[in-house]
Amino acid sequence: MTTILDPTDERVPVARQITPRTGTIEGVIGLLDISKPRGNVLLDELERLLADRFPDNEIRRYAKPTFTKPCPSDLRLKIKSECSVLVEALAD
Amino acid sequence: MTDTPPAGKPSAFTLQDLAGESRSFPTGRPSLICFAKEDCATCNLVAPLLEAFHRTWGDHADVWMVAQARDGAEILRDRHGLTLPILDDSGLRTSLAWDFESVPAVFWTDAGGVTAPVMEGFVKAEWEALAARVSAALGTPAPQVDWASLPDWRPGCGSKHLDPEIHDRLIAEAEGSPIRARRIEIAASDDIDEFMFDQGFSDGLPLVPPTPERVIRMLSGTTRNPQDIVAIVPPNMAPATVEKVAINAVMAGCRPEYLPVVIAALEAVCTDDFNMHGVNATTMGASPVLVVNGPIRHRIGMNMKLAALGTGNRANATIGRAVRLVVRNLGGARPGGVDRSTLSNPMKFTMCFAEWEEGSPWDPLHVERGFRREDSVVTAFAMTSGPVQIVDQESRQPDQIAGTLGLGLEGMFLPKIHRMPVDALLVVCPEHVQTLTVDGAYPKDRLRARIQEVTSRPLSEMVSNEVSGAGIPRASAARMTADMLATLTPKFADGKYIHIVVAGSEAGKFSAAFHGWVTGAMGSTVVSRKIDC
Repeated sequence: MTTILDPTDERVPVARQITPRTGTIEGVIGLLDISKPRGNVLLDELERLLADRFPDNEIRRYAKPTFTKPCPSDLRLKIKSECSVLVEALAD
Repeated sequence: MTDTPPAGKPSAFTLQDLAGESRSFPTGRPSLICFAKEDCATCNLVAPLLEAFHRTWGDHADVWMVAQARDGAEILRDRHGLTLPILDDSGLRTSLAWDFESVPAVFWTDAGGVTAPVMEGFVKAEWEALAARVSAALGTPAPQVDWASLPDWRPGCGSKHLDPEIHDRLIAEAEGSPIRARRIEIAASDDIDEFMFDQGFSDGLPLVPPTPERVIRMLSGTTRNPQDIVAIVPPNMAPATVEKVAINAVMAGCRPEYLPVVIAALEAVCTDDFNMHGVNATTMGASPVLVVNGPIRHRIGMNMKLAALGTGNRANATIGRAVRLVVRNLGGARPGGVDRSTLSNPMKFTMCFAEWEEGSPWDPLHVERGFRREDSVVTAFAMTSGPVQIVDQESRQPDQIAGTLGLGLEGMFLPKIHRMPVDALLVVCPEHVQTLTVDGAYPKDRLRARIQEVTSRPLSEMVSNEVSGAGIPRASAARMTADMLATLTPKFADGKYIHIVVAGSEAGKFSAAFHGWVTGAMGSTVVSRKIDC
């Protein structure tokens, strides 16, 4: 992880690139719990629905240590290397 | 509530309550401090409990709510009819110092000054136990709370001081760091150079990543406060703090000792007189040309001799580039946006050089413009072309070389256009200086007069014709007498538009000229600024 300082007037959020949507799901589906209470309840239900609809896709579960801090880079790398798509659950 | 509650670090504070009264912790009495924010449902759930605690224990203990926003504090007070003291921590410094993650966050400090582990969120059993314990310790009846009506458990909300937009600033302030700019975290799997290109930070060339460490080093180049506003940068009219300038200077490749020059140059170009907005926007493709004078030239190793207008010198190259990057990134001037240049020119990457004052027979530019010789000064010209070479290896007489420099300038915009109220910057090379002064002094004004003399042509040569439609309209010319058409007219409306400096190597008879844009109130006026060093 490298941190740089924003050279702009900060009027615009730093834009992230959105991965192109293909309309299909191939490979491993990741489900990330950010460790907010009841996030697991949401993801359990989502996992059940996804398993029904995509029986051939493997589903893997991940969890951030705490919702108040950014995802550790080693976990981010692990998810990136293992999954094709990721669903991150907020729980408020 | 998490299984292993964060430690929480109660520390002394003084905050104002909503009545404007200062309240300090420790209070000297047992106390219950609850951090809360008005948009958190659980904070609203516990607000009436805190009020009940206050009413029951208030004679023996302090029960305070610490609100994370001033207007939120008022909302909580009015919504729940609270009478307990509500403290304003909208600066969030106390929240940061007490180091919890969620609100409501409750800290109980007993008569011995010992603070219990923080309770975050709402776990009914814990709150009930706390109420019983405190009542027993204080010897009061139990607070009037209908515990049965309350849910067993509700999660809290993330504390406002941990909002990523706020947290870094709070940490920086707490540590006395000069950094306030937004931090951008780039994952190890991302290519940082590609990321910066993608964000549009670059002029098209690679950038040095502005890490906090580099920016702090850059800030050591100036004694100015990092949060001082150097200039308001058009077209977005964005305030450029010293810190933001330093970030762009890092990206441009500057060393810290160049920073004062970059700052002074920005002060110069971001004036109404210089009109950076128009300079950016014009389809003609104008750009600042920066000339540095005074002792700082030597101190920071600027090039004023061989290849002074070209590549290879870090100070020349990166000072000009830093100014351009500030205008691009803070001002928002980008090609296709406010920059509408038809062709543009490479000076929009960078154009900055120093005058070789020691090789000049004349007062240097800054002295001519009213500064003291020992001052360090940067002067900004809005130029659309340059450097255009003026080649003369044959002339041996002073008036001959002066004549050559005049003829070289005649091409500005278009040779047939004369009486131009437009600036030009003439860079005379040392060998041409030598020829000019071979018989003794050759003052700048004499050179200007000679330029005007050799470029003076009859008006008849400036009329629109089959070769070029530019110039005096034929209909206007038709109304002129023969005498009028024979009137000799020089290139410039006045000699004052001809600015002269000396630079270049001692070998080679090649001077150069930069051609201006629209000079004056409608366009741009030359601006000089003393460098604070």
